[in-house]
Amino acid sequence: MTEIIRAASAGTLESSDVYVEIEPRTQGIELQLESVVLGQFGGAIEAAVREILAQFQVENARLHVVDRGALDCVIRARVETAILRGKGDN
Amino acid sequence: MNSKLVASLREAIGLAGLHDGMTISFHHHLRNGDHVLNMVLEEIAGLGIRELTVNASSIFDVHAPILEHIQNHVVTKLQCDYMAATVGRAVSQGILDTPVEFRTHGGRPRDIALGRTPIDVAFIAAPTADPMGNCSGKYGKSACGSLGYAFADARYAKKVVVITDNLVPYPLQDWSIPETDVDYVVTVDAIGDPKGIVSGTTRITRDPVGLVMASQAAQVIRHSGLLKDGFSFQTGAGGASLAAAKFLKDIMVAEGIQGSFGLGGITGYMVDMLRAGCFRSLLDVQCFDLQAVESIRDDPRHQEISAQHYAAPGDRSAVVDSLDVVILGATEIDTDFNVNVHTDSSGSIMGGSGGHSDTAAGAKLAMIIAPMFRARLPIITDHVTCISTPGRDIDVLVTQGGIAVNPNNTELQRRLSDAGLPLLDIRALKEKAEAITGKPRALPRGDRVIAQVFGREGQLQDVIYNVPQK
Repeated sequence: MTEIIRAASAGTLESSDVYVEIEPRTQGIELQLESVVLGQFGGAIEAAVREILAQFQVENARLHVVDRGALDCVIRARVETAILRGKGDN
Repeated sequence: MNSKLVASLREAIGLAGLHDGMTISFHHHLRNGDHVLNMVLEEIAGLGIRELTVNASSIFDVHAPILEHIQNHVVTKLQCDYMAATVGRAVSQGILDTPVEFRTHGGRPRDIALGRTPIDVAFIAAPTADPMGNCSGKYGKSACGSLGYAFADARYAKKVVVITDNLVPYPLQDWSIPETDVDYVVTVDAIGDPKGIVSGTTRITRDPVGLVMASQAAQVIRHSGLLKDGFSFQTGAGGASLAAAKFLKDIMVAEGIQGSFGLGGITGYMVDMLRAGCFRSLLDVQCFDLQAVESIRDDPRHQEISAQHYAAPGDRSAVVDSLDVVILGATEIDTDFNVNVHTDSSGSIMGGSGGHSDTAAGAKLAMIIAPMFRARLPIITDHVTCISTPGRDIDVLVTQGGIAVNPNNTELQRRLSDAGLPLLDIRALKEKAEAITGKPRALPRGDRVIAQVFGREGQLQDVIYNVPQK
């Protein structure tokens, strides 16, 4: 399991990018998602974020994701970077 | 000395006989720096006049105060060729009971001239005028260059009020609109904010995707069979379109090709092409930047034209009928090559045809230049949200991921294929984009028509529905 021990962020608010903030939480995942393409891709964005969290075995964290129309690969990369910046052993 | 000067805008409105239910008109050469539309509506609201139709060649973000006049029923109907996103969003949310009427830059003056959209009072924002109403856009602190869109308003409106911030003694030399069309002249402190009227220098894109598209666009033109002496050309002011013009200029200079004319909204890049010998003249309905304004004032080869002369169908001819190549943009294009420039992908109004449909219909080669996707939204769809320009008038789509030729244009298909350009069926290009973005879910559409889009021939071409509020 990967523990998030500090607030961290990755990405920017530029068009076609995504800004991901992550911080410690005691119980479970809390995901707050904003996106300029929420109607068209909201489900796909949330699925991508949760997949990366599962991949890194992050079980407790609060995430704030502000998407400006990032591609799937960008979203995954930004979430991964935020996790690596916020986890314990680095 | 004779004079049509009246003491105030309010007095001019009174003398013009404006009352409830009439139509007033405006032109948009002062673009996002325009003060005139707002100051006129402010006066009209103060006079208690209501239920007006506003026929404006374009509505910009600076005109947001019109929303308050709509809420107060001072304005109850809009007719325009283009509507920027601020007012467009409110219209898409259903602020007006009556649908907006969209026309093209050619269709608007044609309908004014034929009396289909009669104007009771036209307000002409004039950067320079004399006391009898001769006026010009080329001079003064608020200079905007061409007054092309205002000619039909001035010629056909029942009453014409010229509003200027630079009154000169009679007679103004080098006028655009003659005193024969003008009833009243009003002076104000400022008709606009120069910063919003013309941009300093319009810069070409440095975005690598834009540069790839631009260089492909130039190659399409090079191999179209049209790039030879006498070549004529129009391009938009978008970053990639300007970059395409720059690449085209390099080709024309290197190969010693002398074109006939550059057309349109004119930017400094087109002026550079004129000076480099790429064209014999520029025909200008609207200036986009300072360099264009200086050029139309100082260079006799740079000629002002009216919107009717530019693009109107139904006259004996218009310049677009002699146009070889036009480069245009799109918010969406569908697999039948229909183009949307009225709404964004979620269906909210943020533009309009302007000269898009007119030039596409007239030009021998109408090219759309657009990225495969913007902010994850693919440009190519099965059906565009709104048909701004019908696919039969579009010859080719250039993206960073390949070039799709309209199958109707077999000659272009053959020429570009022989030249070894990366051609793809538009459906394959759509799939290529969706492989990168994913397939977007369709958004719910409202059930109320909030705008009608009239094609350049005057037929109802499409309608735009409201965007439901979340």
